[in-house]
Amino acid sequence: MTLIDGSTAAGAPAPVREPILTAKKLVKTYGRVVGLDGVSLELYPGEVLAIIGDNGAGKSTLIKCLTGAEVADEGEITLDGKPVQFKRPQDAHAAGIETVYQTLAVSPALDVASNLFLGRELRRAGLLGSVFRMVDKKGMRKRAKQELSDLGISTLQDVTVAVENLSGGQRQAVAVARAAAFGSKVVVLDEPTAALGVRESNQVLQLVKNLRDRGIPVILISHNMPHVFEVADRIHIQRLGKCAATITPQSHSMTDAVAIMTGARKA
Amino acid sequence: MTQPTPTANPATGQHDLAEEFLDRTTPLSRLRGVMHRYPAISPAVVLVIAIIVFGMLNERFLNPANLSLITQQVAVVGTLAIAQTLIILTAGIDLSVGAVMVLSSMVIAQFTVQNGLPPIMGLIAGLVVALAAGALNGFLVTRLRLPPFIVTLGTLNVFVALTLLYSNGATVRGGDMPDLLTWTGTTFSVGGVNFTMGVLLMLVLYVVIAFILSQTAWGRHVYAVGDDKEAARLAGISVSRVLMSVYLAAGAILAIGAWIQIGRSNAASPNAGTDLNLDSITAVVIGGTSLFGGRGTIWGTLLGALIVGVFRNGLSLAGLDVLWQTFAVGVLIVLAVSVDQWIRKVRK
Ligand SMILES: Nc1ncnc2c1ncn2[C@@H]1O[C@H](COP(=O)(O)OP(=O)(O)OP(=O)(O)O)[C@@H](O)[C@H]1O
Ligand SMILES: [Mg+2]
Repeated sequence: MTLIDGSTAAGAPAPVREPILTAKKLVKTYGRVVGLDGVSLELYPGEVLAIIGDNGAGKSTLIKCLTGAEVADEGEITLDGKPVQFKRPQDAHAAGIETVYQTLAVSPALDVASNLFLGRELRRAGLLGSVFRMVDKKGMRKRAKQELSDLGISTLQDVTVAVENLSGGQRQAVAVARAAAFGSKVVVLDEPTAALGVRESNQVLQLVKNLRDRGIPVILISHNMPHVFEVADRIHIQRLGKCAATITPQSHSMTDAVAIMTGARKA
Repeated sequence: MTQPTPTANPATGQHDLAEEFLDRTTPLSRLRGVMHRYPAISPAVVLVIAIIVFGMLNERFLNPANLSLITQQVAVVGTLAIAQTLIILTAGIDLSVGAVMVLSSMVIAQFTVQNGLPPIMGLIAGLVVALAAGALNGFLVTRLRLPPFIVTLGTLNVFVALTLLYSNGATVRGGDMPDLLTWTGTTFSVGGVNFTMGVLLMLVLYVVIAFILSQTAWGRHVYAVGDDKEAARLAGISVSRVLMSVYLAAGAILAIGAWIQIGRSNAASPNAGTDLNLDSITAVVIGGTSLFGGRGTIWGTLLGALIVGVFRNGLSLAGLDVLWQTFAVGVLIVLAVSVDQWIRKVRK
């Protein structure tokens, strides 16, 4: 286990720092269903921001709007202080934002290595790559293996296996590995441990901490309160399409958080 | 593709993935696993058995002249089936491939013979028309988000009508055409078996498309889009762009099919391609490509086209009525789709 050095110890971010990613008053409707009703959010460098909330509270919708999977009807998103408009997931990728969606977004028939590099395949060197557009299968397999072992995912050794032959947890590991491999600015994880066993869940939590230690902020959606309270610096509580409160593990207990989440208590 | 022997991973004490594969102990489920990984296996087996059986039933079947005839009979539908494979891999279907091919062949012939343009310009005109047809299908599928089945059912009728209006229903004979247009019908000999340039052209197309599908990013994206559109979109693939390029590529392949057709029948006839729409789908399905998209190979399609050709030819040599050929092809389709369903059950 890696030791976290003292300088980034958990706690409220230093107030002088500018947020990397902000959302202001996002609104997203699906027909008559209001998915997001004026939600704002700020993500600071080197922090883990957890988003919690009941089913249908708008957590996934919020991060989809932040990562180009959906386009918000209203509101504004800034990255490094500059307004951005992500119309497609690749726009967010280009800006260094990687996401594990709740649906995982893996292609079942393609193998593990192909999935890791889907949409940004490595090309062969020389004419084979530039003229014949050949992808570098060997190179991608090698790097996929590397990424997976860096994550400590030992249940996935053969990267030539089609993803459809993997268990739910292994698929999730593939999606997480892809985000960790390419996320250079922000990593967003929508319930990344939902299908994982205890050991694998702990690995993902460790990964979240490792990313934070590398200075990459993480947005983590989870229903698992102990996990959230273990890794989060701040907690955004989503309720009925709105942000009910933003708290910290120091300022509130788990019981408080659940009470706010369910509306039993005001923040 | 080596499978390590089943051992518990010493580092973690966990069983690794390879063991999970080998845990499927019954021979049947293991067979299913292999067929799932290599979908071209079953058509290859069927083709070999069919050739042996028909060869035993009638000694003329294996004559060089007859084998040559089979390849020629397969050339046009085999080419159309390449276009069909690309579209079916994206979980689409194209009912209009035959109609586009015929329209393109009439344009090639008329531009050259009636309008007196150089034959190369005729071929280019045929290519442009086929590309435009592909672009229309692609536009309706990607922009208006209509199901490909409905789109191509509609455009099938449009293209058939356009062909008849444009040609006045008249056939252009090969004798009236410049040599370039009927070049695909000229033959060369390999080991006593005559092949036409059209057959060669078809094989070259198979090699090119097989290379593109397996070696380029675009090929992977075609599979990914057919497999799960939303997953592909979230992974950062422009789904519409991939679909549009598939329909355009199909158009280009159909224009080549038109050229092969002119050489094969030594004519351009507006009534030529009515069976070819469905025959191309038959070849793809028998070749092991899944109608649900995302799974299959182009070589399976070639095998599928050859199987249909071999069955039709073999049954007619055996003296069976043409209706029994149709019957046999129908049975093959149902079998192929059943096998596909069975194979897909591997996915838990
Ligand atoms: N594509 C869609 N079409 C229609 N309604 C949608 C769509 N996506 C989300 N919604 C609606 O928006 C609301 C918020 O959904 P969202 O998926 O963001 O919830 P969530 O907080 O992620 O829930 P969960 O914990 O179950 O994942 C729900 O009422 C949902 O029905
Ligand atoms: Mg959700």
